[in-house]
Amino acid sequence: MVSSQHIIMAMVSDKPGVLNRVASLFRRRGFNIESIAVGASEIPGVSRMTIVVDGATTLVEQVRKQLDKVIDVIKVSDITGESTIMRELALIKVKTTTNTRSEIMQIVDIFRAKIVDVAVDSLTVEVTGDEAKVTSLYNLLKGFGIKEISRTGVVGMTRGGIAQAASEEESR
Amino acid sequence: MKLTGAQIVCESLLKEGVDVIFGILGGQILPLYDTLTQYPQLRHILVGHEQGAAHAAEGYARATGKVGVCFATSGPGATNLVTGIADAYLDSTPIVAITGQVGRSFIGKDAFQEIDITGITLPITKHNYMVTDVTDMAKTIKEAFYLARTGRPGPVLVDLPKDMQVEQTEFNYPVKVDLPGYKPTLTGHPSQIAKAAKLIAGAKKPVIIAGRGIIISGAYDELKALAEVAQMPVITTLLGISSFPESHVLSYGWLGMHGMAYANMAVTDSDLIIAVGMRFDDRATAKVSGFAPHAKIVHIDIDPAEIGKNVRVDVPIVGDAKTVLKSLNKLLLPMDRTEWLHQLDTWRKEHPSLSIRESDGLLPQYVIRKIWEITKGNALVVTGVGQHQMFAGQHFFYDKPNSFISSGGLGTMGFELPASMGAKIGKPEETVWCIAGDGSIQMTIQELATVSRENVAIKVAIMNNNYLGMVRQWQQLFYEKRYMATPLHCPDFVKLADAYGIPAQNVKTREEVVPAVQRAMATPGPYIINFEVEPEENVYPMVPPGASLHEFIEEPRKEVPAWSRRSIL
Repeated sequence: MVSSQHIIMAMVSDKPGVLNRVASLFRRRGFNIESIAVGASEIPGVSRMTIVVDGATTLVEQVRKQLDKVIDVIKVSDITGESTIMRELALIKVKTTTNTRSEIMQIVDIFRAKIVDVAVDSLTVEVTGDEAKVTSLYNLLKGFGIKEISRTGVVGMTRGGIAQAASEEESR
Repeated sequence: MKLTGAQIVCESLLKEGVDVIFGILGGQILPLYDTLTQYPQLRHILVGHEQGAAHAAEGYARATGKVGVCFATSGPGATNLVTGIADAYLDSTPIVAITGQVGRSFIGKDAFQEIDITGITLPITKHNYMVTDVTDMAKTIKEAFYLARTGRPGPVLVDLPKDMQVEQTEFNYPVKVDLPGYKPTLTGHPSQIAKAAKLIAGAKKPVIIAGRGIIISGAYDELKALAEVAQMPVITTLLGISSFPESHVLSYGWLGMHGMAYANMAVTDSDLIIAVGMRFDDRATAKVSGFAPHAKIVHIDIDPAEIGKNVRVDVPIVGDAKTVLKSLNKLLLPMDRTEWLHQLDTWRKEHPSLSIRESDGLLPQYVIRKIWEITKGNALVVTGVGQHQMFAGQHFFYDKPNSFISSGGLGTMGFELPASMGAKIGKPEETVWCIAGDGSIQMTIQELATVSRENVAIKVAIMNNNYLGMVRQWQQLFYEKRYMATPLHCPDFVKLADAYGIPAQNVKTREEVVPAVQRAMATPGPYIINFEVEPEENVYPMVPPGASLHEFIEEPRKEVPAWSRRSIL
């Protein structure tokens, strides 16, 4: 993963318009989002948002503080550098010929990815992993010709036993 | 007993201590207006344009410290509020705007007068709501007021679909709010406060920069104690004017583009800045890279996002100004800074930014100075935006806490008339002077009808130079006097006032100023004076755009200063 990337985790109220509020904030303050993923969390009524921003072009501390000001945002932490699990899922539709099919299947195997659809002239690969893994598989498959790609953006959480206290202290 | 949504709004407003609402009705807010007939305790002021309603709510809020309330209908009613809401957002003014909306079954259908006002106001409100379940009504109003007035105050909008105003439910006003994402930090971190105290003890040339946060939190005494014990000069921001008495020996005016030369020099030369309740706006800092190059900066603000946003900060302290200063003051050691203060006094002598030149014509500075003399400073001054605003900030001396109400962040021309109306309605016992520009006041001139109908006893002083003066000044200084679109053809303001039934007069000479101001004060109800001032008078000092604070231009003068501030006080 590129070192200037920051991963910001936000716990947000599951209310209509919350994603809009966050997106609007990023647009208006000129922050660049590399990816954003939202889904239900372990707490009812609370969603977890994983936002990746490029620290080279965006003031990450401002992002965190401005996000924290959004009333529907309950908690924000910059979990960059902490022990985290980050995963992204991608679906990649690759062009195939009878000559290339087996080579592609080997690469997919090495990456422990799955083939989820086969057609005469294409294969669709499902890959899960951190962003670097997804990107390197993509780079390898690029040579065969990519017909379509769909990436979810990164979701993540800190590993078990990590106290949240440190990041909370920062937001004081 | 079940109440309608509209009744719940009114009951909730009463619970929040609301006594005045500024607004205009329309189709989609009719049920709420109809319900107002059952609540005579809620005084409704009908304005001429919704922008006036929002600014009046701001003026009310700024003068009283309470939350200002405005109503508007859906569509154009709601969009007309936008400028006022944005103004309140930038100046941290607590207002609650309640808008009508088309019924829920019409939403998304581009129905008549349907507009997505929560979407439009998303970036200019502290928070906004659309009520889609009548059982949420009481809770929503409670939260709206709580959010508007606590932490860093700001505007909150509540959008009410018409059917929500009519549907019924049990009314239970919540005692507490449950907002897990909103916990403003009030007390500063003790170790940070200790660091600040240490820097104060070690500094040779410290300066306090006091902003509107002092006024919002009512930290006047704490600021005074901080300045007096540690012998630090106090410089305010434009919106910090009247947070510290200007006749105080430690008061050195305000900084920024049209701030006093000595204030800008002091900030530039200082080795420590204690910034309290201010946000380092670019009009205050001028060129950021040239801002206070030798100073360590302690920044005290209730909004963590303001810290480090515009300038580097050495000691950040997040908290309420009053609470933080109380803690900080306990750690102060009495200091002697005769040398530094002497330096500031010398600069003030060498750069008398507040002297008024001799002139045969009528100078706006002179008019404002006379209003100050006659009121003895015991008035609320409400301004619009432009040259008259800067002259009002400079040449009226503010000793009375929270006596200067002006549009700072958004710089909204047209703020003065409705805001002074709101201020006077909120504080009827105060003398309210509306210092207006001829261009500025015409942007909301329709509120003269409101002033007249409600007999709002504001005194209006129009600084009429027949120009959009501030822009003309820029054209003169930076665009080789190409006066594109700045000359005005003003109406006869006296005739206009007469049409609205408000007594008014023209003033063209210096001799007429004092009698006119006295007549205005002696006349019950509103009064308007049209001062025909020097058309091409400029505001000085001025830090040119792109320059650093100390690179100010001073008034080119040959004349001996006629009035200097020190000779008056």
